[in-house]
Amino acid sequence: MAAISWDRKDLLGLETLSSGEIEGILDAAAPFADNPRSRGKALSGRLVAFFFSEPSTRTRSSFEAAAKRLGADVLGLSAAGSSAAKGETLLDSLRNLEAVGAEYLVVRQELSGALEPLASKLKASLLNAGDGCHEHPTQALLDVLTLRRKKGRIKGLRVVIVGDILHSRVARSNIHALTALGARVTVCGPSALIPAGIERLGARVSHDLNAALAGADAVNVLRQQLERQNRNLIASLPDYAGRYGLSPERLAGHKDLLILHPGPVNRGVELDSACADGPQSAILEQVANGVAVRMAVFSLLASWRARHAR
Amino acid sequence: MPANSLLIAGGTVIDPEQRLEAARDVLIKDGRIEDMAAGLAKKERLSGVARIEAAGCWVTPGLIDMHVHLREPGGEADETIASGTRAAARGGVASVLAMPNTEPPIDSPALARLLAAKAREAGAVNVLVAGALTLGQKGERLTEAARLKEAGAVALSDDGRPVMDSGLMRRAMEYARDAGLLVIDHCEDASLSQGGCLHEGAAATAKGLRAIPWASETVMVLRDIALCELTQAPIHLAHLSCAQSVAALRSAKKRGLPVSAEATPHHLLLCEDDMPGYDADFKMNPPLRGKADRQALLEALADGTIDAIATDHAPHRPQRKELPLELAAFGVIGLETALGLALTRLAAKGALSRRKLIERMSCAPARLLGLKSKGSLRRGADADVTVIDPAASWTVKPPFESLSRNTPFAGLRLKGRARATIVGGRVAYAL
Ligand SMILES: [Zn+2]
Repeated sequence: MAAISWDRKDLLGLETLSSGEIEGILDAAAPFADNPRSRGKALSGRLVAFFFSEPSTRTRSSFEAAAKRLGADVLGLSAAGSSAAKGETLLDSLRNLEAVGAEYLVVRQELSGALEPLASKLKASLLNAGDGCHEHPTQALLDVLTLRRKKGRIKGLRVVIVGDILHSRVARSNIHALTALGARVTVCGPSALIPAGIERLGARVSHDLNAALAGADAVNVLRQQLERQNRNLIASLPDYAGRYGLSPERLAGHKDLLILHPGPVNRGVELDSACADGPQSAILEQVANGVAVRMAVFSLLASWRARHAR
Repeated sequence: MPANSLLIAGGTVIDPEQRLEAARDVLIKDGRIEDMAAGLAKKERLSGVARIEAAGCWVTPGLIDMHVHLREPGGEADETIASGTRAAARGGVASVLAMPNTEPPIDSPALARLLAAKAREAGAVNVLVAGALTLGQKGERLTEAARLKEAGAVALSDDGRPVMDSGLMRRAMEYARDAGLLVIDHCEDASLSQGGCLHEGAAATAKGLRAIPWASETVMVLRDIALCELTQAPIHLAHLSCAQSVAALRSAKKRGLPVSAEATPHHLLLCEDDMPGYDADFKMNPPLRGKADRQALLEALADGTIDAIATDHAPHRPQRKELPLELAAFGVIGLETALGLALTRLAAKGALSRRKLIERMSCAPARLLGLKSKGSLRRGADADVTVIDPAASWTVKPPFESLSRNTPFAGLRLKGRARATIVGGRVAYAL
């Protein structure tokens, strides 16, 4: 495999990555995915710190597993109810973790774009584990890796992302990665949950899931949150599920359609159990590939740090 | 000749109100325009008079910015009357209309008098007072328009706190008209804009931010126009931002309704795609909109549908701006950059003749606010004069006279600026 020209201290998002850089991460992830017990030394003796101001067991444990399998020590900090508005700013918190010796900061917080201005102010490598409704790069990378491994390619694939696109960082990062690699992306959901101008990111728009699924190779089903009801973005979960939920009936005639879901699944809302647990579901592979992708990202950042040390 | 005289010699007078664009010397005496003629400066009897050499410069009626937040009282860490009016003077602005959304809001005659008195003492330029339209700007009960007028207010506005109650707005317009005060409305339907941060479009979508649709403004523009037609009371629409509002305004004006409007330099010159990353110096309300909106504003300014350029000067100290975008305050400063931007990006580019530019920045605000002795250099008018050097090159950068530095135009190279700002015959600023 050709040497990868990774030249970034941080992974903040996929919008600004080239197709070569994205492929580089996927290539680096492949051996880890091939051998789920593989270990490495890229982070041996290094400290990886977690700063999550939104709860997330899945993403966090996946990052943690990846860091440990590369030999890192990990340090967790759950910032309970923290937002930059209260007390210590995000930058101060991250600088503290840096002062403790962390070279990698895995951060999730609820404000879109809050990491971007901080990266240049920190020596540590920042890994965005989800910022507001903006980006969730490693989730999209694991989705794309799963697609590539199941379908053998990305270029030319037709991928539908269905659900709350408006609030979804997973959708945005997926659109960036998939379109960069030549897939055709359709976002599908009720009008209120499709943000204005999403076409300019390279996605097509549909409000009819049956029509969107015709000819599709994969569908990425987003989690639908009950809170959206309170702002009248959806009328009710059953009303939403009837039109945009994935059921066995809707899957009939789409036997090659791969089903992805970032988890956790609201069974019976956006995805029926029969679909989530059926042969077309790639949900568990996604989880496994998540560790591989995060190992790859850590490895690339570690090689950057090794090259730029002193 | 006494010391309270001043001669502005050798410049080109541009006075749209008199339809004049010619080489003239201007003599000021006792705070008024005493005389204006070619060759005045050569007169023997004026040889001892203090003078400003204005060769190569334009000599115009003092600029008037009818939408300024001076932040005093209550927000002195962001701006004060002293700093804000120094910023105005540096920008060639001789009069500012101070918006009443201070802490407390200017909602009583006593507060209006206090503000006016403080401004006379500390202000480098004229400070005109806008009173609140409703008590506490709460949108519930009317302020005393007639008594506010007696106390010196020239307009009423709940700027920053949009009036959602249409019945109340109707009564406010009628009452203000009876009292002889202009109502200035910040048009925003809060139920549509709620929680939004940027224009509803591709840029906000890519950044993952909640957005403000154009309709939140236009819904209220249309409401105000309907109330204007119902009551025939004048209404002024603040800081218009989108093409649909402009279209509504144009058709209302065609029907002869007493509706007027302003646009800001940032809405005239920037659009949603110009915000780099999550830079809060590009966050204001209404937000920067699409390219077509910007084009519509430029056309409306040129054809007079939009009457005036006003800055919506909204200073915020760095702590309120150096935040994740969703938490940062809305607003940008504008007093020190409006003239330079208008000269460089509108007049020099042919979007607006220099006469129209002065008209939109001086005569029109004077007319809308009923300032009979301002907005013109005719004999007897207040000696508010802006001397503009159209060739002076400069770069927008701190230090600013404003206490704040939240401008989206930092680093921009501009051509043209105020050489001197004369307020009531006094030199408030000279380069
Ligand atoms: Zn306003």
